[in-house]
Amino acid sequence: MHIPDGYLSPSTCGVLYVGAMAGWYSSIKRLKRVLLSRVIPLISVFAAFSFVVMMFNLPLPGGTTGHALGVTIAAIVLGPSGAILALSIALGIQALFFGDGGITTLGANCFNMAIVGSLVAFASYRMIAAGAGLTSRRRVVAAAVAGYLAVNAAALIAAVEFGIQPMLFHDASGTPLYAPYPLRIAIPAMMIGHLTFAGLAEAAISGGLVAYLQVADSGLLRATSGVAADGDLGRSTAPSLRRLWIMIAIFMLLTPLGILAAGTAWGEWSPAQMTQTTASAPSANSAASTVPAGLQRLSNFWTAPFPAYAPAFVKSRSFGYLLSAMFGVGLLLIVSLAARSWAAKSRGKESSA
Amino acid sequence: MSRSFLESTTLGFGRALTRAMLSEETARERGLLQSLDPRVRVLGLFALVLAVTLSHKLVVVAALLAMSVVMAVLSRVTLFTLAKRVWLIVLGFTGVIALPALFLTPGRPVAALGGLVITSQGLHTAALLILRVETAVTLTTLLVLCTPWAHVLKALRALRLPKEAIVMMAMTYRYLFLLVETANQMFESRRSRTVGVLRPEEQRRVAARTAGVLLSKSFALSNDVYMAMQSRGFRGDVQVLSHWRLTMWDWVGLLSFLFAGSLAVWMGR
Repeated sequence: MHIPDGYLSPSTCGVLYVGAMAGWYSSIKRLKRVLLSRVIPLISVFAAFSFVVMMFNLPLPGGTTGHALGVTIAAIVLGPSGAILALSIALGIQALFFGDGGITTLGANCFNMAIVGSLVAFASYRMIAAGAGLTSRRRVVAAAVAGYLAVNAAALIAAVEFGIQPMLFHDASGTPLYAPYPLRIAIPAMMIGHLTFAGLAEAAISGGLVAYLQVADSGLLRATSGVAADGDLGRSTAPSLRRLWIMIAIFMLLTPLGILAAGTAWGEWSPAQMTQTTASAPSANSAASTVPAGLQRLSNFWTAPFPAYAPAFVKSRSFGYLLSAMFGVGLLLIVSLAARSWAAKSRGKESSA
Repeated sequence: MSRSFLESTTLGFGRALTRAMLSEETARERGLLQSLDPRVRVLGLFALVLAVTLSHKLVVVAALLAMSVVMAVLSRVTLFTLAKRVWLIVLGFTGVIALPALFLTPGRPVAALGGLVITSQGLHTAALLILRVETAVTLTTLLVLCTPWAHVLKALRALRLPKEAIVMMAMTYRYLFLLVETANQMFESRRSRTVGVLRPEEQRRVAARTAGVLLSKSFALSNDVYMAMQSRGFRGDVQVLSHWRLTMWDWVGLLSFLFAGSLAVWMGR
């Protein structure tokens, strides 16, 4: 999954460098709240550990072997911020010293494996292992599932990066200038190997490591367990929700920007819009300009209360957008509060049992 | 089966250590790239890698590959080393990925192989991908082979990489070899105690336990390093020594790299 130079266009690499920088910046900022002098050796040694784990040749079912990434155990022991930095350092050394992964694609590799991988691993581990004791069997399962999901999420993002190349970067004759396969080929080609081998390797090493640590050194699992004090390195108290509320409010206020976009989003047409769009396309033929029977049948299956984000009783289109955003956020809040209260209840039952 | 698993992992460790040693040896040779300031080498070779990815024409990328081969020869890097370490591996990996593009890329048919039609666009995109990856990896490998790791890190500092990142990379590199050596010894000792064939589940357990021991050791090591840093008065402020000065020869080198890169981008657009 280490993308070498030449597979991605410079502009894609640039965008992914910016994405990676955002991840690095927020991780460093968070870790600086802890003693920096403590963090530097910890991250460095863990980066070296991740590097060595990547060299393990793991036997997999079916007689084949695979290499793990080590991102899951880093996320479990260090938390997402520490894991992002440790993996990024390991990937940087691999690219600069061992030629594994490119220089221009280092941002992409860090974004896919270190950032997406760490966040998916941490979130899924915490979700599955929520409320479980440090030595609970559920933590082993959670680590294995988190490893499997993290590697596949990273692979999926990489596949999308590959798949958009021929669409965006080709010459006048249609020759792809970078990775040559479109999404419909890139995604299955990438995912088959990761769903069957690489994901299993990460699942095996993560589950096995957590099982070993539960017996030999369970203290290493405590930091992110949520059992005692919380976890992520650098997070000394529960995160404040104020910033999240401010961001949601800003995004809600920005929703009327959607009105500026001309036309309808590709593939989100009503039957009438589809006929218009396909008929006006240069390669239109009679088959393409007719509405498929299935679409015609199912288009009236559900009528939205706020069609096109414009409630019928509101005259102003901008206000309609804003109202729709408030309604959507409100609905999500109700669902999440209900889920939270249900989870608290079931956790209470588990601890009293 | 058990031997192959333990052996293949120890062999991998051995290969990594050998490659690192070879790099340190080549970096001490007297050659073209070695004669330039490390900052010029890093900046110049990165600029050429960028030029490779920006060029859209086969002939321009091929010219950059030829240029990197000449640089390799003048820097006392043997073509055998490059072929073994870069060209064959890249050809095997990227070649397999690029091959189906010959048939799957829509375009003007130029040949048929059985029932499959090779298109002109497919040929061009596959060749461009392989050549571009070969050239970029050759340039990166040249940097690694001709520059000691400590100098690469110091040069990265000149590119405004945060000091903390440089220190972490330096520490990681140092402890990487210690951990590789420790893991190698653990696998060796497990191998010497293994009689018969281990079942795959047992092999996975061995790998996980070894990684677990390594993790505990890493954590203990990081505590030791922290204490050592504290006892030497480290307060989180990183100091990097830098006393390099660019000579006329370095400026000529840097301008040549930048000129070649810009020309390649302009001609390959």
